[in-house]
Amino acid sequence: MAERLLEVAELEVSFATEDGLVRAVDGVSFALHRGEVVAIVGESGSGKSVTVMTLMGLTRGVNSRFGGSARLGDRELVTASEAELERVRGAEIAMIFQDPISSLSPVMRIGDQIVEQIRAHEKVSKGAAMDRAVELMERVGIPRARDRARNYPHEFSGGMRQRVMIALALSLSPSVLIADEPTTALDVTIQAQILQEVKQLSQESSSGVIFVTHDLGVVADIADRVIVMYAGQVVEQGTLEEIFYDPQHPYTWGLLGSVTRMDRPPPRRLPAIPGLPPSLTDPPEGCHFAPRCPLRFDRCHELPPLQARVPGVAGHLDRCWLQAGDKRDRREVEGQIGLATEAVA
Amino acid sequence: MATPDEPGAIARGASAPNGSGRGNGTALIEAEHLELYFPVKKGILVDRTVAHVHAVDDVSLVLTEGETLGVVGESGCGKSTLARCLVRLHEPTGGTLRFRGRDITKLNRRGLQPIRREVQMVFQDPVSSLNPRKRVGQIIGVPMRLHGVDGSDVESRVRDLLHRVGLNPEHINRFPHEFSGGQRQRIGVARALAVNPKLLVLDEPVSALDVSVQAQVINLLDDLQDEFGLSYMFIAHDLSIVRHVSDRIVVMYLGKLMEVSPARELYEKPIHPYTQALLAAIPIPDPHENQARARTVLGGEPPNPIDPPPGCRFHTRCPHATEICATTEPPLAEYAGGHLAACHHPQSVGAEEIASAVRSSLSPTSAGDAMPDAEAARQAGDPAPGDPATGRGARTGATPPSPSAGPGSGAP
Repeated sequence: MAERLLEVAELEVSFATEDGLVRAVDGVSFALHRGEVVAIVGESGSGKSVTVMTLMGLTRGVNSRFGGSARLGDRELVTASEAELERVRGAEIAMIFQDPISSLSPVMRIGDQIVEQIRAHEKVSKGAAMDRAVELMERVGIPRARDRARNYPHEFSGGMRQRVMIALALSLSPSVLIADEPTTALDVTIQAQILQEVKQLSQESSSGVIFVTHDLGVVADIADRVIVMYAGQVVEQGTLEEIFYDPQHPYTWGLLGSVTRMDRPPPRRLPAIPGLPPSLTDPPEGCHFAPRCPLRFDRCHELPPLQARVPGVAGHLDRCWLQAGDKRDRREVEGQIGLATEAVA
Repeated sequence: MATPDEPGAIARGASAPNGSGRGNGTALIEAEHLELYFPVKKGILVDRTVAHVHAVDDVSLVLTEGETLGVVGESGCGKSTLARCLVRLHEPTGGTLRFRGRDITKLNRRGLQPIRREVQMVFQDPVSSLNPRKRVGQIIGVPMRLHGVDGSDVESRVRDLLHRVGLNPEHINRFPHEFSGGQRQRIGVARALAVNPKLLVLDEPVSALDVSVQAQVINLLDDLQDEFGLSYMFIAHDLSIVRHVSDRIVVMYLGKLMEVSPARELYEKPIHPYTQALLAAIPIPDPHENQARARTVLGGEPPNPIDPPPGCRFHTRCPHATEICATTEPPLAEYAGGHLAACHHPQSVGAEEIASAVRSSLSPTSAGDAMPDAEAARQAGDPAPGDPATGRGARTGATPPSPSAGPGSGAP
């Protein structure tokens, strides 16, 4: 197996609010290896963004509480000092955000923003840093990079800005690249270009990529392994094949079922998961998905641990009490994987 | 140049039987050569207009009663501007717009009031389109009062509407921030329904929502359409959502119509290369299928709508473009089954179909008479019997992949 870059173990993040403690991330564990793309999927509020932002130390604040660990090589990130984090950020872990316009300084030329980041970490001359900035911009597919480096962010289109963000993230050759919904704000044609770019770059530079998204189409396109999150917890985790062709958790079935598929005739009605995700200040006892799950039974008021339940497949973990054979019988709706939702109404 | 400008010609041209339609064929909204150019101004003392943004450029279409018309295109293609034009939130700078046969292009505010009741809009962002300081009861109730519902009936009707859109009527006194995104969008729908409209213009109503919630809202819209006999104009940038709701779909690019098609046919038989590119860009949530299909990644970005390219607007990014595309704007050619496409090099259709296509009356006035060349298509061979939307033909290996499908035409 490839070298392990990052190991997250029982990570917990909660925020103290007026309404009580919000348990945004509740015991998340996963590992990231060199050259691998791990996708974290879930709906808004599932804790996927908080998880990755915590790795960068971006969720720290007076009201934040942390637990567990996140180790990058032999460095602990959760308890690292601010100075230590500053050395790590950009150089070893870099992040691409969803909204590039608010992540770039509007009053600074694009080239200067990349140069600033390079010179904050390495002792190089301005000229040399600018050469590198231009080279990076060319690498992510920005035409006429030397001229474009003198432009301001508002002079770029959405897709080009996202390329700038990628160039910025790659400027110090980080070993871990985190992409938080980098294509959600883009058109499908531009999304296809950016995904191709990210895939190619991760193969070339053999860094590990954590890709946060809610779009299972994007996951199918880019990921090697998938982590499905629900209400702050990992509910299922496995390889791309395992998640798409042998999903074990009813929530994963629901997600897979509610995606519209272009290559199939459209169903009469779109399968939806009924109800809403639970409140994170007062999550339900036992399985968090049980209130929305049509297959719940007596045992669901007890929280199932995340463990390998499919015989013979050690890496495929899930958080559901149902027997593996039982699941196989119950996860198909009209010949496709989905959640039979008509039962609960 | 054959320009059928007599009234009604366009309506007849477009209400051709579309097979899958829910519509009963009576035109609700007719747009003829509709144009909206926004001026670009410059100057310190005098506002000189130096250029125009060609947001909607000579668009003709018909929306019939009871049907759902989907409108798709990339951001900046003019789809939202077109929608706002059709409901007269903008005044078009050219062309004619008719509602139930009546010309409303230049109507003033007072003249528009009865039409406002029949045409309502649901916006993309449920947070900024609801007043944060008003309670749900007021948000939904005020339009009712404005359009003459008796004050004492308002509350019971608001409760009824909340129930219809799947919200708890007890929440009538809550504020918008107390609801989730999906619930807020339901409030937006309830507000639009408050005045018993005939047409709802939905501007990306589910783009801001999670997938599982998207499905809930789409299903709700479907139910309401049957219940109230509504027509929808559904705008989206995402072809996969539009397919579920639409009877007909319009594909726009840089202010022009590229393709108009019965919904199902657009996915099985996309004629315009731009539609093909849009379909190919959507990743399929199935790793095997995704790897197997031959994908064309469209390079570049849409050109500037201030100075759109001559000829076919798509020719700068089109993998099939030839000289004629750069010089002559293609007319909308009407193929069998009411399927229209503006392209000199139509895809997924055989030489016979091309030969029998006629110039549609919806074509822009600036378009030439150059119909696609059936002879050229015959020489090039009939299109591969595959499904171009998914590249299935290529996957089975039965057909050679088209030249456009190679990695060479990929990202810049």
